[in-house]
Amino acid sequence: MPEPSLKIGGQVVIEKEDFGKLFDLLAGMGYRIVGPTVRNGAIVYDELTSVDELPVAWTDEQEKSTYRLKQQKEKAYFDYGPGPQSWKRYLHPPAARLWRAEREDGGFKTEVGSEEIPKYAFIGVRPCDLHAMSIQDKVLTGGKHEDTAYSLRRKKAFIVAVNCRKAGGTCFCASMGTGPRATIGFDLALTEVIDGERHYFVVEAGTDKGAEVLRGIPYREAGELEKKAARETVEKAAGEMGRELDTTGIKDMLYRNLEHPRWDKVSERCLTCGNCTMVCPTCFCTTVEDYTDLKGKHAERRRKWDSCFTTDFSYIHGGSVRSSAKSRYRQWLTHKLGSWIDQFGSSGCVGCGRCITFCPAGIDITEEVKAIRDETTAEVKVENSARPENTDDRPRL
Amino acid sequence: MADLEREKRTTMNSETAEPMAAHLYRVRRKQRETGDTVSLEIEPVNGMGIRPFRPGQFNMLYAFGVGEVPISISGDPAAPERLVHTVRAVGTVTEAICTLGGGDTLGVRGPFGTCWPVEEAAGRDVVVVAGGIGLAPLRPALYKIRSAKDKYGGAAVLYGARSPEEIVYRRELEEWRTGNDLDVLITVDRASKEWGGRVGVVTTLISEVSFDPPNTVAMICGPEAMMRFTVLELQKRGVTEDNIYISMERNMKCGVGLCGHCQLGPFFVCKDGPVLRYDVIKPFFGKREI
Repeated sequence: MPEPSLKIGGQVVIEKEDFGKLFDLLAGMGYRIVGPTVRNGAIVYDELTSVDELPVAWTDEQEKSTYRLKQQKEKAYFDYGPGPQSWKRYLHPPAARLWRAEREDGGFKTEVGSEEIPKYAFIGVRPCDLHAMSIQDKVLTGGKHEDTAYSLRRKKAFIVAVNCRKAGGTCFCASMGTGPRATIGFDLALTEVIDGERHYFVVEAGTDKGAEVLRGIPYREAGELEKKAARETVEKAAGEMGRELDTTGIKDMLYRNLEHPRWDKVSERCLTCGNCTMVCPTCFCTTVEDYTDLKGKHAERRRKWDSCFTTDFSYIHGGSVRSSAKSRYRQWLTHKLGSWIDQFGSSGCVGCGRCITFCPAGIDITEEVKAIRDETTAEVKVENSARPENTDDRPRL
Repeated sequence: MADLEREKRTTMNSETAEPMAAHLYRVRRKQRETGDTVSLEIEPVNGMGIRPFRPGQFNMLYAFGVGEVPISISGDPAAPERLVHTVRAVGTVTEAICTLGGGDTLGVRGPFGTCWPVEEAAGRDVVVVAGGIGLAPLRPALYKIRSAKDKYGGAAVLYGARSPEEIVYRRELEEWRTGNDLDVLITVDRASKEWGGRVGVVTTLISEVSFDPPNTVAMICGPEAMMRFTVLELQKRGVTEDNIYISMERNMKCGVGLCGHCQLGPFFVCKDGPVLRYDVIKPFFGKREI
């Protein structure tokens, strides 16, 4: 029987057998459940109808330019690292219509958006991705103008986070202060524990909404041993982090090194394919495309993800501002780790490692930063930053 | 149920506040400025009031089915009902906009961006330096300064065009000059024999006007190379970096800081610019391919 003591921050235990009831309950509340599932040799996020579609007993190996699924003995649901997709796909979709217009009476009239805003329940959100969501919130809703559709999708979403049991080979969230334990932005946070024959989840409620949902499924208060097991699970993940990135004074370090020879070196390898921007959970850049029908009576404006690695991205009449690969890689890295801090008060990087895993040329953001830092050129000191100095370069949320 | 209703209403409200939605305007008057440049005076189709703008701000102009471009407002801020943009045909969208005629419809979003320090410059000398169509974003500032001339010390307009045929607002510049409202100096890069005026780059005009450098505010708009040399020249004369303002140009898709295209170092040109104070932009200005 559910106990009445459930409150925010409280930890309870849900047995594996009862886990499916969370899906049923959320579906009954009208949520479209999105979670990890195996497809085409990768773990992707898609709409799920039952826990059986979760990647049971699957894990992955990740290294530079390497992503490989493999089966394991333990029948864990959440033993994989960040895959090729992020939740950005659902909150800030790759393509959307902004408005359409019809010719009439010599002029035209427009009709805005009107797409249905879905109510999602995200299952299995990693701590790094919780931070990514919070960073995108600031970008897309924190300014004078907000992305209204994003804002609504975000407000409606129910978030079930999963603390990491394993760190992937390209993960560096510990050094970015974004994981491997969920601390912000979730309704419920699960730690999956497999202890011999026992398989259960230690669940923390992060919001009242989360606590309310928990009350609808069988649970009991977590014992000290279970809490300890959950804690140790995450500590183990923190200890096996594949990489790290030193963020001390990183913004000024990068601004000082805009002409560092390393940019030339990395551009010899960078294919400017934009993969890193597509898999990044915080990259938010978009472009718009205008369409008409053949008669020219109906027009539409669609928005889609864009990448600063294309020459079109910075095109103004006469040519691209950033025509070289070197300048485009520099733009991406210095924005992600440096100017993002000036713009939004935190780093744009959460240490998920996707850009390392999915770079076909094996470029590693942590290596590039280290190379620049190890041999900094004492060039231009940026005296006049546009905004107040922020000495803590990690995401502040 | 009540929740659902409330949610629906919020959706509706936020949709009407959608920053990406264009307002429909109609071309009221079209004025040819040069071979490839026109000024369009536009009015709202549904008669709804035009939001006031400040000199230096821009609007996103949309040509049906073709696309959208950022264009500075070039009309008089004291008469916002005559919303004017000066457009040079340099690409598909600007070409489509330049072919619009009286009565044609276009979409408008804005006004966006920062403005020239017209108020802050009161009591001081003002030097305006423009290159080519870069005079367009400065014209609203000049209207304002001209209408309150006694509030300023001296006010000079230094204008450079590639050729005499490419001088914009020629009649108006002449009026300002002859009316002694503003010190107007014009130069062209190259000229035929008929041109009786100055030939040379715009920076050569700086030594021709008198102003009190420590007490001068400079506003510059033109190609980046032109702005870079103008800044150097002004600095030589003793104008301080924090009194020099430039207007930058970058690719823009949204105009409101959401699409990421217009980044220049830590700045989004659409919301932190286009007008930027030189000492603030200096670490990134003039760096190759930033």
